[in-house]
Amino acid sequence: MNDPARLQAFNRHVASGGKVEPGDWMPEEYRRAVGKFVEMHANSELMGVLPEREWILRAPTLRRKLALTAKVQDEVGHAQLLYRVAEDLGKPREAMLADLLAGKTKFHNVFHYPTRSWADVGIIAWLVDAAAIVAQQALRESSYAPYARTMKKICWEESVHILHGRDVVLTLVNGTARQRALVQDALDRWWGPLMQMHGPPTDPAKDRDLAWRIKTKDNETLRQEFLNVYVPRIREIGLEIPDPELGKDPETGRWHYTEPDWRELYAVVTGHGPKSAERLAFRQLNYGETQWVRDTVLHEPRAAA
Amino acid sequence: MSTEGEPMVGGPGAHVAEGGGPPMSLEIFEVFRQEKEGGPMVHGGSLLAPDGELAAHYARELYGRRQESVRLWVVKRSAIHDVTDPDLLQPPMDRSFKKPVGYSAGIKQKLAEARERAGGQE
Repeated sequence: MNDPARLQAFNRHVASGGKVEPGDWMPEEYRRAVGKFVEMHANSELMGVLPEREWILRAPTLRRKLALTAKVQDEVGHAQLLYRVAEDLGKPREAMLADLLAGKTKFHNVFHYPTRSWADVGIIAWLVDAAAIVAQQALRESSYAPYARTMKKICWEESVHILHGRDVVLTLVNGTARQRALVQDALDRWWGPLMQMHGPPTDPAKDRDLAWRIKTKDNETLRQEFLNVYVPRIREIGLEIPDPELGKDPETGRWHYTEPDWRELYAVVTGHGPKSAERLAFRQLNYGETQWVRDTVLHEPRAAA
Repeated sequence: MSTEGEPMVGGPGAHVAEGGGPPMSLEIFEVFRQEKEGGPMVHGGSLLAPDGELAAHYARELYGRRQESVRLWVVKRSAIHDVTDPDLLQPPMDRSFKKPVGYSAGIKQKLAEARERAGGQE
């Protein structure tokens, strides 16, 4: 039971940077909050491969095809690791997959959009993964130790994806005028979702996930970190960021920008994005087609007829 | 696995195998990995598997795909004795006599005095 003294001791422990292992006592609310957070992360890894998967067969060279296939395999591997962390907290994996397929649980906004050209693959691997790694690096300090350890491994793999994405983008901007235009077009379409990705600024004082150090940085801090590193990197290769309001305040060092469309973010993550239904339908189809594998692994062999 | 007929294809939401036996109990395995020969076995994470053989395959997929491990230990979680009792591990007694730090305070002065007493005889 949650007796107040025990709860207080727990809160002090995690607030001061203490860690929690699966077998340790934890308040039910903490268990549920970590589980929900990691489940959403796992969903995003699993759904996040679909926009890129569409380009495996159309990759321009064999090396690119191998790299993209490996990236897709990595992301599914991340989903495996994260579903394990989440299911260890109580909710079975089957239930998490069922809720994802039924649209009851969410995945990241950026995976609800179409990939229109090969340049999208570069922009996703470079910038979507970069925006994600800013958040993921902060999660290496999470109070839930198995999550923090898993994030160390994931960040290590993601850093390779960013290099792969940057290589794709640099190759295209050094190419023909048409290839360059493809990159600019992809950036124009992805900038809005990228700015929405970390979520609207929230009051850190009211965020329980922060108080428990399930995550260690608030939304706006993450967005500022992303902008600080990546705006110069985008501009130095001659790409134009489609936001006339974007700039850094020389006094405060903080970036100002056009208010992202939070209604679009909300609509997209609740399953009303341009590709939400199609991607979930594909996952459902895929889940059905692979049911025999789970049955084979998980059930006693049937007696020979 | 039976080779007769088509593999079962479940529709969305088909969670239970028709005519299948009861689900085998899955067990939790913890994975430890060694990055280079002679190095320590470091905890990587855990996985669910029906038996040790599949657990080893899953561990290889999850922790050895990039040549990042030279050895994996795959251990049933139930076989691990978790010892965290602070009375055993962090007793509130002065243990500094067991550590290098217990021999650092004043050591320079002691050495200087000893050298002085020796009067520079070499």
